[in-house]
Amino acid sequence: MAAVTLSNVVKRFGNFEIVHGANIDVSDGEFVVFVGPSGCGKSTLLRMIAGLEDISGGEIAIGGKVVNDVEPADRGIAMVFQSYALYPHMTVEQNLSFGLRMTGNPKGDTERRVKRASEILRITELMARRPRQLSGGQRQRVAIGRAIVREPQVFLFDEPLSNLDAELRVQMRVEISRLHKELGTTMIYVTHDQTEAMTLADRIVVLRGGHVEQIGRPLDLYDNPDNQFVAGFVGSPKMNFINGRVVGRDTHGIVVELAGQERTRITQPLIGAAPETGSKVIVGVRPEHFGNAGEGDADLVVRIDVVEHLGGTSFLYARTTNGEDVVIQRDAAKVPDTTEVTVSIRKSYLFDENGLRLR
Amino acid sequence: MSSRSQAKLGRSVALHLFLTPLALIWLFPLWMMTIFSTMPDNGIFSPGIELLPHGNFIENFNNLQRDTDFVRAIGISVSVAVTYTVLSVLLTSMAGWALARYQFFGKGAVVAIILGTITLPYAVVLIPQFIMVARDFKLANTWVALVVPPLFNSLGVLFMRQSFSMMPADLFDAARVEGVKEWRIFLFVALPLARPTLAALAIILFLASWNNYLWPLLINSQPGSMTAPVALGTLIGLTKVSWGGIMAGSMMLTAPMLVVFVLLQRHFIAGIAAGAIK
Repeated sequence: MAAVTLSNVVKRFGNFEIVHGANIDVSDGEFVVFVGPSGCGKSTLLRMIAGLEDISGGEIAIGGKVVNDVEPADRGIAMVFQSYALYPHMTVEQNLSFGLRMTGNPKGDTERRVKRASEILRITELMARRPRQLSGGQRQRVAIGRAIVREPQVFLFDEPLSNLDAELRVQMRVEISRLHKELGTTMIYVTHDQTEAMTLADRIVVLRGGHVEQIGRPLDLYDNPDNQFVAGFVGSPKMNFINGRVVGRDTHGIVVELAGQERTRITQPLIGAAPETGSKVIVGVRPEHFGNAGEGDADLVVRIDVVEHLGGTSFLYARTTNGEDVVIQRDAAKVPDTTEVTVSIRKSYLFDENGLRLR
Repeated sequence: MSSRSQAKLGRSVALHLFLTPLALIWLFPLWMMTIFSTMPDNGIFSPGIELLPHGNFIENFNNLQRDTDFVRAIGISVSVAVTYTVLSVLLTSMAGWALARYQFFGKGAVVAIILGTITLPYAVVLIPQFIMVARDFKLANTWVALVVPPLFNSLGVLFMRQSFSMMPADLFDAARVEGVKEWRIFLFVALPLARPTLAALAIILFLASWNNYLWPLLINSQPGSMTAPVALGTLIGLTKVSWGGIMAGSMMLTAPMLVVFVLLQRHFIAGIAAGAIK
C-alpha cells in the first residue's frame, strides 16, 4: 500500500497542454475517483501515474518516492484497462500468470498468487478458457485478477466498467468496492460516470479541460460544490440552472429575482462579497429541492412537458415561463395532473456569471 | 419454392455460368503443362490439341535429372526459400513492429523511403545489387548471395506494420505494466496475434523466392549450385530445347505450391483481408 502524490503535474502533446498543473494527494489505502467529461485529461493523468505517458512537468510520487523516470513495472502499480486488454491467444490462467512468468517470478509463488486471485474473484472454474469464451463480466474479473496477482501498492482502473451493460455495471461496482475493503490497497479509478464516482469513491477529483475543479468526499461535492461545473456534473438528474438578477439586500442576504415577479424572489445568505444590485447570477436548484407552492423561498410557475415514472419517484421535465428547462423530482403519488403547476424553491445555490459559487 | 429463393438460385446459376469459363481459362495452361510433361520433346508441336496425358513423364524426368541434377537443384531451392522466408518474416515483422509501435525522429522519412522502394522497378536495382554482391562482397556463386540480398522486403514491412498498428495498444501497455520486456512483448504477444498476416506473408515470400529466376541466374549459375528455375532454364539451348524435361520440371515446381496454397488458403485470405474492416 502506498500514498500517491501529484505535484503541479503538466502534460503537453507538442505545444498543446492538456493537463495544467494538477495537484492531487491520494492517501494510503484510499479509493479516489477521477471524474470528468471526455477530454478532461483524467485518463492521461492515470496513464502518467502508471508510467505509460511521460510527464511534461511536475512530480509524481508513489509511496514517497518520485517516479517520474521509473519504468511502469517498477512503480508498484497494476492497471485495469477499459478494453480489458486480455491476451486473446492465452487461457485465463496464462493471462493471469503471464507477467509473472515473463519476469522470472518463482513458479510456486506465481501459482499461489494466481490461485489467490482466482479465489478472490471466483473465476477458478474459468481458468482453462480463452477470453473469447467469457462474458463481459467474466473478462472484467480476469482483467482485475491480472492486476491482483501483481500484489501492487496501487491499483489503477481506467473506465473498467464502461463496456458492460447497466445491470452488470452495478454488480461489478459492488465487487470492486468489496475488493477495496478486502485488500485495503490504494485505488485510483477513472470514469466519466458520476454515479460510479459517487458510489465507489472515498474522495472524488472532478476534472475539466485539464484542470482540477474540486476534490472532496462524494456528498461534500454534492452538497457544497465550488462552481457551476461541479454542481452540474455531480448528481443525476443534474442540477437545474435558472438565470436570475440581484435586486437588493436584506438582513438575511442578497435578494435574487428569477422571473421578473416579486414572488419569484429568493434570499441567499452570503459570507463573501455580494454582487452589485442589477448584476446577473445563476441560481442552481437540485431536482429534489423543488417543493410544493408556498413551501419554500420562491414560487415558480412551470409547464410540464414530460413525466418520467421510476416507481417510487417521478421526474417532471418542465419549462419555466422564461423558457428555461428544469427537472423536478416528486414522489410518484404527488405528481400533479395539470400541465401548469407552481413549485417552490426550498434550497438553492448561487453562482456568478463565470460559474463560481457565491457563498 | 418462394420467389425469393428462386431469385437466389437464379443469381447463383448466373454467377456459375460466368465464373466457370473464367476458371477453365485460368486452369487450361496448367493442364497443358501437365499434358506436355507426359509427352516427348516434340509433342508440344503436335498439330492437334492433346487433352489427355501420355506416358513419357518418367523418361522426361530422367532426362531432366541427367542434364541438370534437378533433385539437387530442388533441394537448393527448398533450402534457399525456407531460410529466406524464415529470416525475411522475422526481419520484416521486427521492422514493422518498430514502425508501428515506436515514435522516433525521422520515422515518417523511413516509411516514405520504404514506400518509395516499392515503386522502383527491380531492373533498376538489379545491376547495382549485382555489382555490390559480386564485386564488393565477393559473394558470387554462394548460398548467402541467394538468400541475403532480397531479405528486406518493403511490402512485407508495410504489411506487418499495418497488422501491428491495428492491434489494440492496451495489450502492449498491459504487458509493459506487468514488467514484460519489449522483445518478449513482440515474441509472445504481438507475433501470435499476427499469425494470419504472418502466414500470408510467409506464403508470398516463399513463392517469391521459389519462383525467383533473374537474381539466382545472375549471381549463382554454376552447375551444382543452381536453384531449380535456373536449372530448368539451362534446358533451353541454342540448338535444342528439351520441352518434355522443362514441362516435367515445371510440374514439379508448381504442384507443391498449389498444394501449399490450397492447404493454407484460409490463412492466406484472412491475412490479406485483415484490416479491410475494423
